[in-house]
Amino acid sequence: MFTFTLRRLLIAVPTLLIISLVIFLLLEAAPGDPLGDVPLTVPPDVKEKMRAALGLDSPWYVRYVLWLKQFFWVEPLHLIDHLFGTSLGEGMQRVISFQSRQPVMQIIAERLPQTLMVVGLAYLIGVMIALPIGILSAYRQYSWFDNLGTFVSMVGFSVPTFFTGVVLIIVFAVKLQWFPSVYDTTLKVTDWASFKAQLRQMVMPVTVLALYNAAQISRFMRASMLDNLGQDYVRTARAKGLGERVVVLVHVLRNSMIPVVTVIALGVPTIFGGAIITEQVFKVNGLGQQLISSIHANDLPMVMTLTFIFAILIVLFNLIADLLYGILDPRIRYD
Amino acid sequence: MPDGVAPVLSVRGLKTVFRTRGGEVHAVNSVSFDLRPGELLGVVGESGSGKSVTMMSLIGLLPSPPADVRAGQVLFDGADLLTCGADHLRGVRGAGIGFIFQDPMTSLNPVFTVGYQLREPLMTHMGLTRAQAQVRAAELLDLVGIPDAARRLKDYPHQFSGGMRQRVMIAIALACDPKVLIADEPTTALDVTIQAQILELVRDLRHKLGMAIIWITHDLGVIAGIADRVMVMYGGQIVEQAPVQDLFTRPRHPYTRALLKTVPSVRGARAEKLSVIEGQPPILRAAPAACAFANRCPQAFARCCVQNPPLYPAGPGHDAACFWDFDKDAPKDG
Ligand SMILES: Nc1ncnc2c1ncn2[C@@H]1O[C@H](COP(=O)(O)OP(=O)(O)OP(=O)(O)O)[C@@H](O)[C@H]1O
Ligand SMILES: [Mg+2]
Repeated sequence: MFTFTLRRLLIAVPTLLIISLVIFLLLEAAPGDPLGDVPLTVPPDVKEKMRAALGLDSPWYVRYVLWLKQFFWVEPLHLIDHLFGTSLGEGMQRVISFQSRQPVMQIIAERLPQTLMVVGLAYLIGVMIALPIGILSAYRQYSWFDNLGTFVSMVGFSVPTFFTGVVLIIVFAVKLQWFPSVYDTTLKVTDWASFKAQLRQMVMPVTVLALYNAAQISRFMRASMLDNLGQDYVRTARAKGLGERVVVLVHVLRNSMIPVVTVIALGVPTIFGGAIITEQVFKVNGLGQQLISSIHANDLPMVMTLTFIFAILIVLFNLIADLLYGILDPRIRYD
Repeated sequence: MPDGVAPVLSVRGLKTVFRTRGGEVHAVNSVSFDLRPGELLGVVGESGSGKSVTMMSLIGLLPSPPADVRAGQVLFDGADLLTCGADHLRGVRGAGIGFIFQDPMTSLNPVFTVGYQLREPLMTHMGLTRAQAQVRAAELLDLVGIPDAARRLKDYPHQFSGGMRQRVMIAIALACDPKVLIADEPTTALDVTIQAQILELVRDLRHKLGMAIIWITHDLGVIAGIADRVMVMYGGQIVEQAPVQDLFTRPRHPYTRALLKTVPSVRGARAEKLSVIEGQPPILRAAPAACAFANRCPQAFARCCVQNPPLYPAGPGHDAACFWDFDKDAPKDG
């Protein structure tokens, strides 16, 4: 297992380098100019200077290598400085956003909590309601509960989140006025009242996303349970005189969780990517929203860095999913 | 086998129906039999004759729906297993009646160790602690002839060969000293030498542990080697039952006769061609109103197509459900 992990991590390095190059070239080739918003009255030579200040005058490969150096060397040094109070990265140029002239990582660190709080919590809740629903639906296949579950998850799956989100806003924020329609990122939880306000503003975005996640994962759980309920070893477990609870929740569930855990792990990176649309609908100031606004503003360093972090997470969680598979299924040995 | 000994298991008028999209399938039709203590009862019949469904109906192992055990009585230890309720039935499964299935490759749970799967019935039925169950599990593996038993408890099923897995299945079935062991074609999926080893093991254990065994098989050769008594099934019914010797020397049902002809005889002339039974076993859409074998039967006559023959006595402990009298070579009267 250890050598497998090590090997996979080593393979990940060239993979990620290639991904970073592809992202960089794609952004390079994309139309749009970071200085597009500069007024036409600004004289060309001033514009040229601004371009040079952003580093845009050097050829793309120089800028790419510079970005690599900043991302893989300077940023980690700054992180160490930040954590341990050292000053290793002092004076080195960090990845800077064109738009705000702030270090990109600093912006990401500011945005991450909003995203984790809303999208991460929604994922967690989605998983937690999906598993029991999937188990029960499979165990009582074609019962009214299963049919209802099938219907709800079909709706949850096929109706886009921007639609459910807007419907919720109209019903619960505009008509009933139970919840605020706009998520206030500046709200700090300091006491009971602000905690309640935080909860209230989280309810709708979390619900929308949790339902969407639950719809997917519960279907998956159900299918996996159904696969296993028909297996011979289930009959053996019953013939041994084990109770239904043990048969279903130990023997069948343990087997059914193997593919489901993999799917859940593979879904985790999408949390960090933020729920772009839901964040827009509820005005949650998260990473998804940041990405959209950076794309609009041609903020290349920001888009590049965000996309690349997302790629790292995908590669990482793919590895984690594989490792979990190996841990859960004794038939799989990686060494 | 002395008569008058109370049977350990007594089945009366068992009927099992499957409700399918195409209508009902009457898989078991009024099956009655007794199993005496210590006896090895062989059950033979073509594929689809209802052997497995009968045995699984006894201890409620069929999924319902589609299965519906519609009528009958299964007396075991003074209780009717069909009406005793789920809790009592669970106590009987694994503890009073052990079950071995056909395919050892899929009958064990792949994600639990063999030790875990052996401990489960011990802890559930006998109230052993984990440590006690572990000791007993090692003894059981040793009993079924798995070398280095204590260490192999930590292994997963995929680390065992097919024959070894079937030994593990036998160990699980025997874990709580059941009075009855039901083996549903336990050697069909194994190759011939392993088959012989498993048979030898069961014969051996039977004398050591003294339980009654129901042994389902296609292989009449196996039956001849180990059974005391044989039950022949066709169309979800028992068409003949007899002591093993009697069945092979004096078969009194045309289906049994046909089955016996399909067996290669070691002593018989080599040139003699094996016969196959022409036609297909029926899929019964309704409870049989005529002899289910009539359309394939060389002896069939008018009565066979309008009336379902009951079991007629054909000798001591020997019954056959046929209107033809093979001694007189003429239809039975009455
Ligand atoms: N789930 C089911 N749905 C519908 N019919 C079924 C089902 N299971 C079994 N049957 C029917 O019951 C009948 C008896 O099947 P059973 O499995 O008992 O045969 P068998 O004698 O054990 O055959 P084999 O030697 O192949 O194991 C068959 O005709 C089969 O079509
Ligand atoms: Mg069978």
